[in-house]
Amino acid sequence: MLRYITNRVLVAIPTLLLVSIFVFMLQKLLPGDPILVLAGEDRDPETIAMLRELYRMNDPLIMQYLYWLGDVMRGDLGISLRTGLPVTELIVQKLPVTLQLAVMSLTFALLIGVPAGVMSAVKKGTFWDYLANFIALSGLSVPNFWLGIMLILLISVNLGWLPASGYESPWVDPVRSFQTMLMPSIVLGTALAATLMRHTRSSMLGVLQADYVRTARAKGLREKTVIRYHAFRNALLPIITLSAVMFGELLAGAVLTEQIFTIPGFGKMIVDAVFNRDYAVVQGVVLVTATGFIVINLLADILYVLLNPRMRANL
Amino acid sequence: MTDASLMPAAGATALAPRKPNRTWTKLKKNRSAMVGGVVVVLFVLIAILAPVLPIPSPSATDWGKIRLAPSAEHWMGTDEIGRDILSRMIWGARASLMAGVISVMIAVMIGVPLGVLAGYFGGWTDQIIARATDALLAMPFLILAIALAAFLGPSLTNAMIAIGLSAVPIFIRLTRGQVLSVKTEDYVEGARAIGLGHLRIMSHYILPNVFPPILVQATLTIATAIIAEASLSFLGLGQQPPLPSWGSMLATARNFLSQAPWMALWPGAAIFMVVMGFNLLGDGLRDALDPKET
Repeated sequence: MLRYITNRVLVAIPTLLLVSIFVFMLQKLLPGDPILVLAGEDRDPETIAMLRELYRMNDPLIMQYLYWLGDVMRGDLGISLRTGLPVTELIVQKLPVTLQLAVMSLTFALLIGVPAGVMSAVKKGTFWDYLANFIALSGLSVPNFWLGIMLILLISVNLGWLPASGYESPWVDPVRSFQTMLMPSIVLGTALAATLMRHTRSSMLGVLQADYVRTARAKGLREKTVIRYHAFRNALLPIITLSAVMFGELLAGAVLTEQIFTIPGFGKMIVDAVFNRDYAVVQGVVLVTATGFIVINLLADILYVLLNPRMRANL
Repeated sequence: MTDASLMPAAGATALAPRKPNRTWTKLKKNRSAMVGGVVVVLFVLIAILAPVLPIPSPSATDWGKIRLAPSAEHWMGTDEIGRDILSRMIWGARASLMAGVISVMIAVMIGVPLGVLAGYFGGWTDQIIARATDALLAMPFLILAIALAAFLGPSLTNAMIAIGLSAVPIFIRLTRGQVLSVKTEDYVEGARAIGLGHLRIMSHYILPNVFPPILVQATLTIATAIIAEASLSFLGLGQQPPLPSWGSMLATARNFLSQAPWMALWPGAAIFMVVMGFNLLGDGLRDALDPKET
């Protein structure tokens, strides 16, 4: 098991290094000279020369990358041009908001997607199966920013049930926090619920044809018991790992949702940074998201092996 | 044996009705795929015929007709500066479909050759391409597209490039996997045995046999690309005003939700329908091309 984990970690390291190269190169793609932007309108040659030296722009590209990577390894992602604050500090401030949104969205998706997938598989070929499939496909096809706008129109503007925007920390006012995050979680979780439904259905259909399920039925067990204890438990395995992988995507998917509901999270930060040409923040967010994605994938792989006795036996 | 004795058989072969294409037959039987196909064709026709349809200019403003509800004169109502929403929807279809198709073409044109090279040659070529693909796949699609669009500058063309580049790793990984399973087939070994060159084997023997799953993925990726373009335009990183795009129409509509809800209704519904169409068609194609499906 330890060897498997070590192997997986070793495979992740070159991927992480390549991600860092891509992210570093993003800045180099930037048209124009960032030093001239920093130098302001005066463009004093002495200031420009000093800034070039300060930002090591006179060094070869490879050295610039290595210096940058060294800073990143020490947790220094640069300084935000707009706020003057360290990018790491900004990310640490905003990340919990997006994590709360992602956790609530994942919970919503699991509560809707998994039972719908089980029902669809158990009732294969019936009206309920077709209905669940249609709803899942709709969930995958609906643009989440439109869904958000429509929910605001219906629930906030017309019915006045929930606030249309804003954010409250759960540590300050948990009820208000839940209310402000409920609609965004539904919006962000819809596509994930649809994906989970389709995977649960497919996983359940595979398991329902397995010999051990046939044996359970032959023993005379009730259908509910067969489905709950014999089929569902085994079908759940890929769903758990899929959920872990999808959690990483939720962090990225939060971009539009946070924009619509004016939630001051990670996603809104990248959009604001893009419009303010705050490239250090854009780089930082891309790097942190990609790293988070790789780490979550790694954990999902390990979790899958831990939960699957057959996989453990083969190691 | 004379030539005459061969005639009937040859004639029978020539006259035998052509065997119907199995994929097409299966696809035709799939009702949801057909519905998806019809929706897609309808939107494509609307987009192509936009310049000749009897509709007002999508940029023509009328300050006396701002935010009019749908009526006989303006079927979908008017926007905040009196432009006809139906006309903007029709022209917006061009931007969305063009973005969907062109960005996927970019992704296919870069991703498929790289995937073929990685799968066919293996070794270091494969290692380098596969690791780069892993790294690109680790960067979430929309964030990567936003970052690229931001660095390239806001415009529809740059949005298409950004979406296309973000989708490249999907096609590299898919093609590589397909090539790995095809390259050990007897017909590829045979081609190698008769001394054909790598380029000819890849283009004539491997590529045609890995094409079906790529086609399915391309259809499904068009759906994703349309949503991505709408998302970028919604954020102001795609089609720039006053040119119409469904995403930017939604961004404007957000400010007039209580006064003119129809402004938000139509563009979103159109994105939903066309994306659903491509998803249904893609799912149907996958089933039709799957030999295990009966």
